[in-house]
Amino acid sequence: MLRIAALCLLPVAASAEVAAPRAVALERMVIQDCGSCHGLTMKGGLGKPLTAEALDGADPEALALIVLDGVPGTAMPPWRPLLTEEEADWIAHYLLKDQK
Amino acid sequence: MKTLALCFALLAAPALAQTPCCATGDLGVVVERATGSLLVVDRSDHAAIGRVEGLGDLSHASVTFSPDERFAYVFGRDGGLTKVDMLTRSIAARVIQAGNSIGGAISDDGKLIAVSNYEPGGVKVFDADTLALVGDIPGNSKTIGLVDVPGRRFAWSTWDSGEAFMADFSGTEMKVTKLGDVGKNPFDAVLTDDAHTYLIGLFGEKGVTAIDLWDETPAPVRFLKDYGKTEDDLPVYKMPHLQGWAFTEGQFVLPAVGQHELLWVNRETLAEVDRTPTHGQPVFIIAQPASPFVWVNFATPLNDTVQVVDSRDHKVVASLTPGKAVLHMEFAPRGAEVWISSRDDDKIVIYDTQSREKIGEIPAQSPSGIFFTARAHRTGL
Repeated sequence: MLRIAALCLLPVAASAEVAAPRAVALERMVIQDCGSCHGLTMKGGLGKPLTAEALDGADPEALALIVLDGVPGTAMPPWRPLLTEEEADWIAHYLLKDQK
Repeated sequence: MKTLALCFALLAAPALAQTPCCATGDLGVVVERATGSLLVVDRSDHAAIGRVEGLGDLSHASVTFSPDERFAYVFGRDGGLTKVDMLTRSIAARVIQAGNSIGGAISDDGKLIAVSNYEPGGVKVFDADTLALVGDIPGNSKTIGLVDVPGRRFAWSTWDSGEAFMADFSGTEMKVTKLGDVGKNPFDAVLTDDAHTYLIGLFGEKGVTAIDLWDETPAPVRFLKDYGKTEDDLPVYKMPHLQGWAFTEGQFVLPAVGQHELLWVNRETLAEVDRTPTHGQPVFIIAQPASPFVWVNFATPLNDTVQVVDSRDHKVVASLTPGKAVLHMEFAPRGAEVWISSRDDDKIVIYDTQSREKIGEIPAQSPSGIFFTARAHRTGL
C-alpha cells in the first residue's frame, strides 16, 4: 500500500524538486548525453538498456545513486560533479516514468 | 545520350523538383541523431539540398561511401544498415541486421560492407549492392574499432573479451584469424593512413596496443603503458573516438582518457614525445589536411569549444566557440574549410581554416557526424 502511494506521488515529487527550465535541460541531457552510450531510445549501447523492461522494479534511489556515483570498473562515470542529488532523483524518476 | 536520359529520369523524380544535381564529389551527409534523418549537404554551396528520413536510432551513427560516391551507407544504433542514394535522396536498401550496432566500413574494392555489432556481438558482412548477407562472424562480445584493410579484409576488436580479429574475403571462402589479445576493454581502434598499423585504445587498463598489419604474423605490441583511464582520473563523460587520431609530423596524436590532454607519440619508436594541456577531455583529434595543425573537440560539459594545435611545437594556437555541444568536425578534402556540428544549437558552422573565421552556417536538427564523399577513397573507413 505504502509502495503504491509512493508511486502515485512520484511524478509530483519529480516535478516539484527541479525548476521547469532545468527539467527541460535535464531531459535533453538524458536523451542526448546519456543516449550516447545508452541509445537515444534507451535500448542500450556500450551502456546497459534503460528501457521499461530493463528498469522494471528498479528502486529510484538506487538509480539516482548510480547516476551520481557511476559504476566503478565500467564506463559509467559519476555525474555528481555535474548534477545535484535532486537532479539525479529527477532523472531516476524520469526514466521510471517512461515505463508507463 | 545515356547521361541525358539519366538526367531526365532524375528530373522526373519528385524529390528533384529543383535544379538536379548530377555529381556527388562535393556532397556530404550530416547525421541528425534525434530525428533519425540524414541531411544531404553541398560543400561548395554551403547549403543543405535535401533530407532523408526513416533511418531509425542514430544516436551513434557513422557513414561510409560507395566508390562512385553516389551511395552513403549509414550504420545506426538500432542495428539498421541503410543505403542512401544521394542523388535521389531516397533509401535504396535497408536491413535491420542486428539489435544494436556501432559502425562499419566498406572493403577496398567497394563490394563489401562490414558492420560491427553490440547486440548480439560480432560482425556481419553484406553485399554493397544488394545488402544481402555474405558473411557472419558471431561473437559474445561487443565489437568496436572495425576498419577496412586492403585486400578485401576487415579488422576489429572486442570490448568485453579484449581481442582483435581479421576477416579475409580475398578467396572463395571467408577466413577469420585472431590477431591476439589486446588488453582490457578496448574502446576504439584505427588504422594508420598507410594501412601499416592497427592502433587500439584501452579503457579498462593503461596502454595502447599496436598491431603491425604488414607483418606476416601480426602480433599485438603494447606501448604508452601509462596511457588510459584509472580510478584517479577524471570521469569520462564521452568516450574518445580514434577514427580521428591524427598522424602528423611523424607522430600520432592521441586523446588522453580521463585527462584534459593530448598525447604526442613518435610514430617510429612509439615513445611519448610531449603532452598538450587542453580545454577539456578530447573526443576527436583531426588533422587539418595539408597543414601542420590538428583540431580538437571535447567531452560534455566542456563541449562548446574547439581548439587548434600546432603539431610542430604542440601549442594551442586558437580556441573557437562554434556553438553548444560540438560533436564532430569534417574537413574539406584539401583542408580549406572545416564543418563543425553544434548539436544543441541545431546548426552546422563552417570555418575558413586559414583565417579561422566563420564563413557559413546551415540549420540542422541535433546534428552529430558530418561525412563528405571524399571518404569513399580513404583506407580504413
